[in-house]
Amino acid sequence: MNLAVETFDLNRTFKLKKAKNKKENGNNDGKLIALEDANIKIHQGELFGLLGPNGAGKTTLIKILATLLLPTSGRALVDGIDVVKHPERVRKQINMVSGGEHCGYGILTVRETLWMFSQFYGIPNKVALRRTDELLKILKMEEFARTKIGKLSTGLRQKLNFMRGFVCDPKIMFLDEPTLGLDVQIARDVRAYIRTWMKKDLERTVLLTTHYMAEADELCDRVAIIDTGKVLVCDSPQNLKKSLAGEAVFRIEVPLDVNGMEKFGQIAGVKQFAYDHKSHLGRTELKFILEEESAISNVTESLSGNGSKIISLSKMEPSLEDVFLALVGRGLKDEN
Amino acid sequence: MRILDRTKENIRTIRTAGRLGWAMESNWTDPFLFAIYSIVRPLASSLILVVMYYVVTRGKTGMDLFAYIYVGNAFFMYVINVLFGVSWVIHEDRDHYQMIRYIYISPIRMYYYLFGRGIAKMILTTVAVIITIGFGMLVLKIPVNLLSVNYPLLIFSVAAGIFIITCLGILLAGVSMITAHHSYALTEGMSGLFYLACGAIYPIDILPVWLQYVSKALPLTYWLELVRRSVLGKSVSPTLGGYSDVQLILIMAGTTLVLALFSHWIYRSIEYIARKYGKIDQLTSY
Repeated sequence: MNLAVETFDLNRTFKLKKAKNKKENGNNDGKLIALEDANIKIHQGELFGLLGPNGAGKTTLIKILATLLLPTSGRALVDGIDVVKHPERVRKQINMVSGGEHCGYGILTVRETLWMFSQFYGIPNKVALRRTDELLKILKMEEFARTKIGKLSTGLRQKLNFMRGFVCDPKIMFLDEPTLGLDVQIARDVRAYIRTWMKKDLERTVLLTTHYMAEADELCDRVAIIDTGKVLVCDSPQNLKKSLAGEAVFRIEVPLDVNGMEKFGQIAGVKQFAYDHKSHLGRTELKFILEEESAISNVTESLSGNGSKIISLSKMEPSLEDVFLALVGRGLKDEN
Repeated sequence: MRILDRTKENIRTIRTAGRLGWAMESNWTDPFLFAIYSIVRPLASSLILVVMYYVVTRGKTGMDLFAYIYVGNAFFMYVINVLFGVSWVIHEDRDHYQMIRYIYISPIRMYYYLFGRGIAKMILTTVAVIITIGFGMLVLKIPVNLLSVNYPLLIFSVAAGIFIITCLGILLAGVSMITAHHSYALTEGMSGLFYLACGAIYPIDILPVWLQYVSKALPLTYWLELVRRSVLGKSVSPTLGGYSDVQLILIMAGTTLVLALFSHWIYRSIEYIARKYGKIDQLTSY
């Protein structure tokens, strides 16, 4: 099977300013390692997910593949073309959508923006207009076709940014957190469109970065989990979740004011532990991956001993988030 | 066939970028106010120079020198506006609209995109120059005879001037890729340098000898001399007056070629540096 993207020991480091370096990186030689020996193979026709927390190196990898950034060392091929040696040839095969509200020039309308980018990609006028109409309809933006971008809401701007990427119909699409900050319904529309777009042509490839594990689980054929610049594992979501089959995953909700949570990871039988403060609900969600189910009694005893009231306790099927927790030793939302 | 396809691509890029540039130039207000602004602004800036000229010389230098200054100043608007129009695109797309990453990774050639974005400024400046010269003829009695203007030389010179200024704009656009919003001052500084050294408002003969060497190395010096000759029919500068039109065109072509190659080299080198250090889409506004 042909490869759409292939990287060989890809590295990228950034020099840090002195003050920032001393404060944040201690003895890291003034360098921030954004990517470390990343080796990824994405097949043509695949919807590939790159998962990891903020700062994991996802955007850096996409920027290198999209010819915006040079790697420090290593090699990257997109559609078999070297991104360093032949960026002009790579650009004919790709497009990119980054999350966020910047989608065009405020003085242009939605339709003008889509037309403009289609022209930059050499799309014939008739095809561009037809594709624009299709996208406007599918993403429910028809009534805003003649609205200037400056007057669109944040959600609609993000939708337009998404349409801007797809109106050019690239062979390989890089989606960098495309649903970041979108409301539930719009995110659902976007995910549905990605699936439909992929089905229409089996040669189309998508590299999706996200830190929404459920999104990756729902969409991706294969995913790579990345943290601190290193690719930790790469497989299908099903296989990754199967790797936790022998372990028990429990979710426990406790009030927000629980103390001594750092000790929960040391409870006998606990393999990994993470927490997520849900201030709006007035509770904290604790997640435990246990070596075996019986270890849950140690957890509840420890919580009771700590004076914590258990609001709810449930056993869960392993998710990609649990795979991440098992691999990295912390949850995606943990600050450290 | 490949050359034909590339030419089509480049023309499409210029056309599309030109439409974007025009929308940006003209959409900030209603058409009437925009028209008034387009007329009043160049006239006001020229009148400042006229007043300064009369205060300093009390009109004793004669009409030839005044016409030299007035016409040179009018055409110098191309340098200020087009240079700014081309080079400012990087800052505008990167920091204000934050679209440069999408433009940069598209399969267009940035030179043509930058040129296209500058077209609106070129059109508006052409209108401004015509209004300024017309005002000078009617009100200030600048000796321009419309029947004796060398139109082929004028059109050629203006086209060559736009090419020269675009090359300078691309050079500055390259520098803007690795600089913050200081590039605004850089563009103004460069325009000021050319205003001083290219004989825009006085013949280069009055400059110190070392600065005359700088003037003679700049294609804009020959361009301004050519547009003056085509409009006024004569030269005031003893140094440049010794050259025939053809000689001036050849010298301008030679210096322009050197400038174009230098501009290309600088742009490509800085673009590589920007890509290496991750500065293509880095936000610099603060």
